[in-house]
Amino acid sequence: MSKTTTKREKILWKRQIPLFLMTIPGCIYLMINNYIPIFGIFIAFKNIDYGKGIFKSDWVGLSNFTYLFKTKDAFIMTRNTVLYNLAFIIIGTVMGIAVGIMLSELRGKFKSKFYQTMILLPYLLSWVIVAYIGYAFMSNDTGLLNNTILPKLGLKPVSWYAEPKAWPFILTFVNIWKGIGYSSILYLSTIIGIDKSLYEAAQVDGASKWKQIRNITLPLLKPMVIMLVIMNIGRIFNSDFGLFYQLPMNSGALYPTTQTIDTYVYRGLMQLNDVSMSAAAGLYQSVVGFMLVIIANSIVRKVSSENALF
Amino acid sequence: MANSKNERIFQLIINVFLMIMVILVIIPIWLLIAGSITDDASLVSNGYSLIPKVFSLSAYEYLLFKSKDIFHALGISFLITAIGTAVSLMITPLLAYPLSRKDFVARNFISFFVFFTMLFNGGIVPSYIMWTQLFHIKNTLWALIIPNLLMNGFSVIMMKNYFAQNIPLELIEASKIDGAGELYIFRKVVLPLSLPIMATIGLLVGIGFWNDWTNGLYYVNDSRYFSLQNLLNRILTNVQFLASSTEISQGGGANMKLPAVSIRMAIAVVGVVPIMALYPFFQKYFVKGITIGAVKG
Repeated sequence: MSKTTTKREKILWKRQIPLFLMTIPGCIYLMINNYIPIFGIFIAFKNIDYGKGIFKSDWVGLSNFTYLFKTKDAFIMTRNTVLYNLAFIIIGTVMGIAVGIMLSELRGKFKSKFYQTMILLPYLLSWVIVAYIGYAFMSNDTGLLNNTILPKLGLKPVSWYAEPKAWPFILTFVNIWKGIGYSSILYLSTIIGIDKSLYEAAQVDGASKWKQIRNITLPLLKPMVIMLVIMNIGRIFNSDFGLFYQLPMNSGALYPTTQTIDTYVYRGLMQLNDVSMSAAAGLYQSVVGFMLVIIANSIVRKVSSENALF
Repeated sequence: MANSKNERIFQLIINVFLMIMVILVIIPIWLLIAGSITDDASLVSNGYSLIPKVFSLSAYEYLLFKSKDIFHALGISFLITAIGTAVSLMITPLLAYPLSRKDFVARNFISFFVFFTMLFNGGIVPSYIMWTQLFHIKNTLWALIIPNLLMNGFSVIMMKNYFAQNIPLELIEASKIDGAGELYIFRKVVLPLSLPIMATIGLLVGIGFWNDWTNGLYYVNDSRYFSLQNLLNRILTNVQFLASSTEISQGGGANMKLPAVSIRMAIAVVGVVPIMALYPFFQKYFVKGITIGAVKG
């Protein structure tokens, strides 16, 4: 009896080895790309001097952080990151649901496909290309806005790349423009999954389209919406580097309304050569972001446990 | 009767709204294309316009005959997209498949190892220092391929879910009884059944490589290793760069003036065309990717 079990276990382990081997390349990649940098967070507690080397640079305790939070930058980049994300979450969710519902109510398969194809297009463009398009619209003397549209409306030209006040609107518009196809298709896929007989029954009862949407579609979308919104709130400390770096073309005059934590980290590391400050800001983002995801997830688990991420 | 009239009005409103959105998508993209087919001097004096004031293909002519650098960058873009996508489609399913097997002993541990990368990261500064100081990746082709883009936890979990839901365990058991090894089963049984997810992930990864400019921004400043996106990024803020880099390939007999503004738009169009050309064919998989992406880990 015992002999057969050991034999079976042996075969089992022999079966496990190939499975282990298969995971090795991927695990090595994640180890290098994702885990080694985590061990590198000690850099934020050092005064990095490339001359001395990373490991021999002096420990400075928390002074990178105290210095960072004394500057105005810390407040500005945190405020911008959080406020932009809130705007994107609210407007993006409402628009995504509205367009998703429209696509689902649309008669004609070809038409629906056509609209989906078109509004998803911007999602496929790189941020560099989007910056070119932005420049064609907003360039000071050759842009379409200053050259054609504003004069026709009898308005004065605006130097867009030096006017911080305009950018909350521009960035929000472009973010929605690029992302609406993605989010509306996400909601559309949930709507398609709704039981058709519910609508048929409502129609028999004489419910109007608007009533059907309000009483069937929206309530059934709710779990999905709640999950996505809370998960987005968990990522509220992260910003899309391309949106905030490429679109304003790295214009210094715009920093008050375009600087986010991600652009600050980039500029500190690559342009100002202030590695320690940049590392401190990066760690600040990672740690707060991590806590927010954990909190967001535990809230989702309370609201509807089957939608929790973990 | 009243109902069908309401329905028609409802359809009309939807169509009008969606049409406006389509126009808001088309106009900006068209503005880019229009810029590339406008005469350069006219573009400088009259500005960008939706209908070219003076039509000219000289930017494309210049691209075709005078600019080795742009072809070089285009080649790099194709190369990193091809290599990156191929490697990604090897290591991602290899990691995802064992995680989908309930009888794999390290399943939970490795799943968590993958999942944790989605929750916490060390940030860009430690990554940057690791890649440049430890692996000396700066100004190599590897810099455009390896950091961040090859694989991420998200695609591993997407694939794992697909395997778990679509490959019947009985099929694997039956192959085992026939004496097939794990690798053989993976190649001959699992992969052929997984073409949709392979196409979806391959597509997302491929677009990621083609559109990426951040790796080049951090790790490449030698223009020999610029991808098309890096080149575009550089010449957006520095028109001079293009002039100085193309002069070399022009040699002495330059009877053609560099169309500095329109050529930038033409290069941007070249960067978009491959994606637009393939889009109708891969749209199905792309939409599928969005919808299965919504499924949690």
